[in-house]
Amino acid sequence: MTREQVLKDIRERFMEDIIDIFDKSPKRVYIEIKPESIMKMANYIFKNVGARFNIASGVDMRYHMEILYHFIIEDINLLISLRVKLQKDKKLEVDSLAPSIEATNWIEREIHELLGINFKGHPDLRKLLLSDDWPEGVYPLRQDYKEWDEGAIRDRGV
Amino acid sequence: MAKTIIPIGPYHPLQEEPEFFTLTVEGERVVDIDVRIGYNHRGIEKLSEMKTFDQSTFVIERICGICSTSHPFAYTRAVEDIIPVEVPERAKYIRTIIAEGERIHSHLLWLGLAGHFLGYNTVYMWAWKLREEILDVMEILSGNRNNYAMFKPGGVRRDIKPEDIPGVIKKIDSIVPTLLMLKKAVMDDPVLHVRTKGIGILTKEDAINYSALGPTSRASGVARDVRKDSPYGAYDKVDWEMIVTQNGDVFDKVVVRILEMFESVKIMKYCLLNLPKGEIDLNLKDIPPGEGIGHIEAPRGETFHYVISDGTNRPVRHKVRAPTFMNLPTYKATVVGETISDATIILAAIDPCYCCTERMAVRNAKGRKLYSGEDLVRLSQEKTEKIRKGLK
Amino acid sequence: MNLKLKALLKSPWVFHLSTGSCNNCDIEILDCLTPRFDIERFGILLAGSIKHADVLLITGSCNRQSVVRMKRLYEQVPKPCLVVAVGECALSRGMFIHSYNCPVPLDKIIPVDVYIPGCPPKPEAIIAGVVKLIGKVK
Repeated sequence: MTREQVLKDIRERFMEDIIDIFDKSPKRVYIEIKPESIMKMANYIFKNVGARFNIASGVDMRYHMEILYHFIIEDINLLISLRVKLQKDKKLEVDSLAPSIEATNWIEREIHELLGINFKGHPDLRKLLLSDDWPEGVYPLRQDYKEWDEGAIRDRGV
Repeated sequence: MAKTIIPIGPYHPLQEEPEFFTLTVEGERVVDIDVRIGYNHRGIEKLSEMKTFDQSTFVIERICGICSTSHPFAYTRAVEDIIPVEVPERAKYIRTIIAEGERIHSHLLWLGLAGHFLGYNTVYMWAWKLREEILDVMEILSGNRNNYAMFKPGGVRRDIKPEDIPGVIKKIDSIVPTLLMLKKAVMDDPVLHVRTKGIGILTKEDAINYSALGPTSRASGVARDVRKDSPYGAYDKVDWEMIVTQNGDVFDKVVVRILEMFESVKIMKYCLLNLPKGEIDLNLKDIPPGEGIGHIEAPRGETFHYVISDGTNRPVRHKVRAPTFMNLPTYKATVVGETISDATIILAAIDPCYCCTERMAVRNAKGRKLYSGEDLVRLSQEKTEKIRKGLK
Repeated sequence: MNLKLKALLKSPWVFHLSTGSCNNCDIEILDCLTPRFDIERFGILLAGSIKHADVLLITGSCNRQSVVRMKRLYEQVPKPCLVVAVGECALSRGMFIHSYNCPVPLDKIIPVDVYIPGCPPKPEAIIAGVVKLIGKVK
């Protein structure tokens, strides 16, 4: 399939779910989608189109949280980023891809603990990166993160 | 049979991949595996948001000592993708030379340690002795053995002097005979074949489902290499081959890495001989608002960086994905069903890092018996010795 | 000088401990063992177990998760033992000083005898550091 065919196919198949398509360059496409349709779109791109899952990245914007799922189709050198926006005034929750795509397991655990987004249906949301004594409800990658440890030393002593 | 829990770890010095493995074994067979990482988490993604685009390069370089070129390479490409802009030809060539030098030294490092785990300390010493030659080359080209500090958004920081090139090429040529000897020593050894063939197989389906990267996936027959799929630097101008093997066992992973070193030597030599003239830096001043993605092939697989800029001189968000983050979970698919003495080499085969293996502690369920990491390596070495005697 | 220290300095066995480093210092420590530098000829040996160690080479910026383990390991070393901080991270945490996961520098946690600066220190610097340590104790 060529680049145009892939994009046309995705556009037609998921007309209801896509909010916006931003065609940045020949190698990059950003597709903004509704949070509830991430499961079927990611599965379609990974399993039927034959893309490789690169990574997901969570970002704390001012009014919403954003998760980008990056997929690359190696044959045509196209990087598709599925953008999901979660409003902060609602519950921060999105469907987990881990049961169907094994590769997403770890990154969802990471986003869960660094940004505090809940993944519905994830098999095991234990801590991955932070220490065992890290306090609950403190998420270091959020914009409003403040130093919580009173014992921390931040000057070089000179 | 009673189940035994074996903790492996916890220390492991890569940035995202320090690990603590819990192996559940029945007798000799591994039946389950679990992993806990986070012993090395330094919050680099957050730190990078506090620094300017130029300063970030140095923080990114300290993610991993072995991949100290791959991460800045991916990061600078992500920043250049925001604008978007193409760097000058000469800078592209210099970047390629440094990246390939790093690949050779990383693969040699891995080969030596894999030899050590199997009880071949001679391979360990030879490989690391050879690695010193490559580090000398890197010291001539960049001024340091490990953290090269060559990369910046828009180009490279330091030029390669024309008078250095003949000496460097002579040095690269001089390592090829030793590499050939290492290749023969590893690939023609019957004991090594018994120890590594058919051990820790990662099937093609698993490699695809886990999105395995780099040599780990190429050994399983998945032809996946960013240098070919999405050419960057000078890789589309050089004639080189992607090494792919089909079996997915430890032996194939060794073969892929050894053969890749010869390709790297080829690429490095070509780039040094055909270095174009011109600028090495674009002198980027402002980064406009936007987002950029940079991905390159590190020695272990694809390194992926994602940067958001809001028009100020600092990134708003910087996401780093190192290759082992995707490769490490495949350990779950490869180690289950194998024996404990093979666990070390299967763990080493994906090239996560070696330090954890030196601090393994094995304990049986009642906590009476305590082995150290040394004992595990010894178990592995004794098995090699047994096979060697059997072959004679 | 007592007998214990004399025996220790004749052939110091080192154990290296990474507390969240970038791997570079650890590789340079291992590099010291390989043919070009070969510190084993001076009797310096990398020990596999903490129970055999005389000198602790500590690298890295002491992150929250590993610092607990490091303290526990320090308690297990047979005393007297000497502590060497290798690399900029172990000295002052370097550029990780503002990281949320590296709260306290190494020398505020356990006593340090020798500091070897550099990012990473060259193998020559590590050898010189150990030699200075021996000279200092003598």
